Amino acid sequence: MFVKQISVFIENTPGRLAEVTQILAANNIDLVSLSIADTTNFGILRGIVAEPEKTAALLSEHGYTVKLTDVLAVYVPDKPGGLAQILTMLSNERIALEYLYSFVRNANDFALIIFRVDQPQAARTLLTQAGVKLLTQRDIAAL
Amino acid sequence: MEHIIWNPTMECMPREQLRTLQDERLRDVVRRVYENVPFYRNKMQERGITPMDIRGVCDIELLPFTEKQDLRDHYPFGLFAVPQSEIVRIHASSGTTGKPTVVGYTGGDIDRWSELMARSMYCAGIGKADIVQVAYGYGLFTGGLGAHYGAERIGATVVPISGGNTVRQLMLLQDFGATALCCTPSYALNLAEALEAQGVKQTKLKSGIFGAEPWTQAMRERIEAMLGIDAINIYGLSEVMGPGVSVECLCKQGMHIWEDHFLPEIIGDDNRGLPYGERGDLTFTTLTKHGMPLLRYRTHDLCELTSEPCACGRTHVCMSRVMGRTDDMLIIRGVNVFPSQVEHALLQVEGIVPQYQIVIERQGNLDTMEVQVELSPDFMSDTVRDIEALENRIVSAIAAHALVSATVKLCQPGTLPRSEGKAKRVLDKRQM
Repeated sequence: MFVKQISVFIENTPGRLAEVTQILAANNIDLVSLSIADTTNFGILRGIVAEPEKTAALLSEHGYTVKLTDVLAVYVPDKPGGLAQILTMLSNERIALEYLYSFVRNANDFALIIFRVDQPQAARTLLTQAGVKLLTQRDIAAL
Repeated sequence: MEHIIWNPTMECMPREQLRTLQDERLRDVVRRVYENVPFYRNKMQERGITPMDIRGVCDIELLPFTEKQDLRDHYPFGLFAVPQSEIVRIHASSGTTGKPTVVGYTGGDIDRWSELMARSMYCAGIGKADIVQVAYGYGLFTGGLGAHYGAERIGATVVPISGGNTVRQLMLLQDFGATALCCTPSYALNLAEALEAQGVKQTKLKSGIFGAEPWTQAMRERIEAMLGIDAINIYGLSEVMGPGVSVECLCKQGMHIWEDHFLPEIIGDDNRGLPYGERGDLTFTTLTKHGMPLLRYRTHDLCELTSEPCACGRTHVCMSRVMGRTDDMLIIRGVNVFPSQVEHALLQVEGIVPQYQIVIERQGNLDTMEVQVELSPDFMSDTVRDIEALENRIVSAIAAHALVSATVKLCQPGTLPRSEGKAKRVLDKRQM
């Protein structure tokens, strides 16, 4: 139950990011969630879309350097301690977290958060056994 | 204008007499390298020539060329023509990593170098009464010690301050009352600007001898205006000797090459000699060096020689400013950099396409070099850390192979300019 995240290299030149979003718009692709990691020299756009493989191919055709990564899309209880509980579980099992960011939509009492961990299988098993709800790629498409 | 000449007998020698002297010295150096340097003996034997075949300068084209690569191939001491016990000094080319080009000097060579730098000091109007601040780097680089020995030979008061530490330079410049300055033109500009920032209107400086990097007439005028001095151009390269191979006199109409010690040729694209007035590859045969004599060393600096007599009375031929390179070598912060070495470095790194562009700029008075290189479509990571690690691998590879520290900008594939023929890899935005 992994979700595929697209990451796109964004050169630090004006207009590059705008161009990426224009390509998605022109192809009717909705960004369910996104995050941008920035450094002095470049940025990485990380995004969740309904059809990641197609989107990756589309951006590659336009000359962008793209990668697909397995991430966990997690329903996190939207109350104090909701995130802490999940992070503690991961840390107790020595599962390292690379980064996380939240969805632009939420579902009632839940926040939707994308987790990138260093041991995706182990994390998935751990969270599912603990009763934490994860989304599938199909769930994303239906959002 | 008065021109005081250090060694009038040699410097003003009639050209016919000079030519006879060159013929004699050329025969001598050819014999010495043939007998003592296997590299040259082999090269001459390959061509079927012996020292007896060289009657004089008229036979120069029978002799082989020497390239920088030959010095690298025989690193460190393979081209020395005397036993190492006769070598009293080693100098090496600039660059902080990798193997440098090495030069060796006998006591006689150092003495001759000092003589030529003494002539050069007088060319710039510097004499015994002057206080000379030598702000070229002292060390393996030939600049500092070269200027030092020349200033000392004429009996001037030498301040061997070396490069850097501008605040201190300025303080001592004013406290000691230096009347002459020796450094790179960009450093001279640095000092001039720092003086201006301090509100100093006037120093005791009257002249400066600047070299070790190319600079334009416009730059000269700026330095002269800001410091109120005569800014004299000096040329040299460590392989041939160091600074003082040629130098301008106060006429500022070209740099006199000391022809009693160096035989210059301008070589064209077909490897034949070109007449005066035509631009080509400046090539030197050292007539009097004993430690490491060189035959027909290709500098790959582009210039012209002029047959116009100079008003100063010196008869030695003048060369124009260096107008560029015949190869693609760049000088960045005083270090020789070859774009082909940058390319070689990039080929060692996975994750990039070796489509690159080198952008050189001058920020303040320092050169900066940015290597723009395209990310490979196959290489991508979702973490900043991995991409930064790639950038660092590129920086390290460039430092190891091109001997220069550059910043790296990763670019999207397909965005750097392509061309049909030879790609224009270097964008030099400096205006020297």
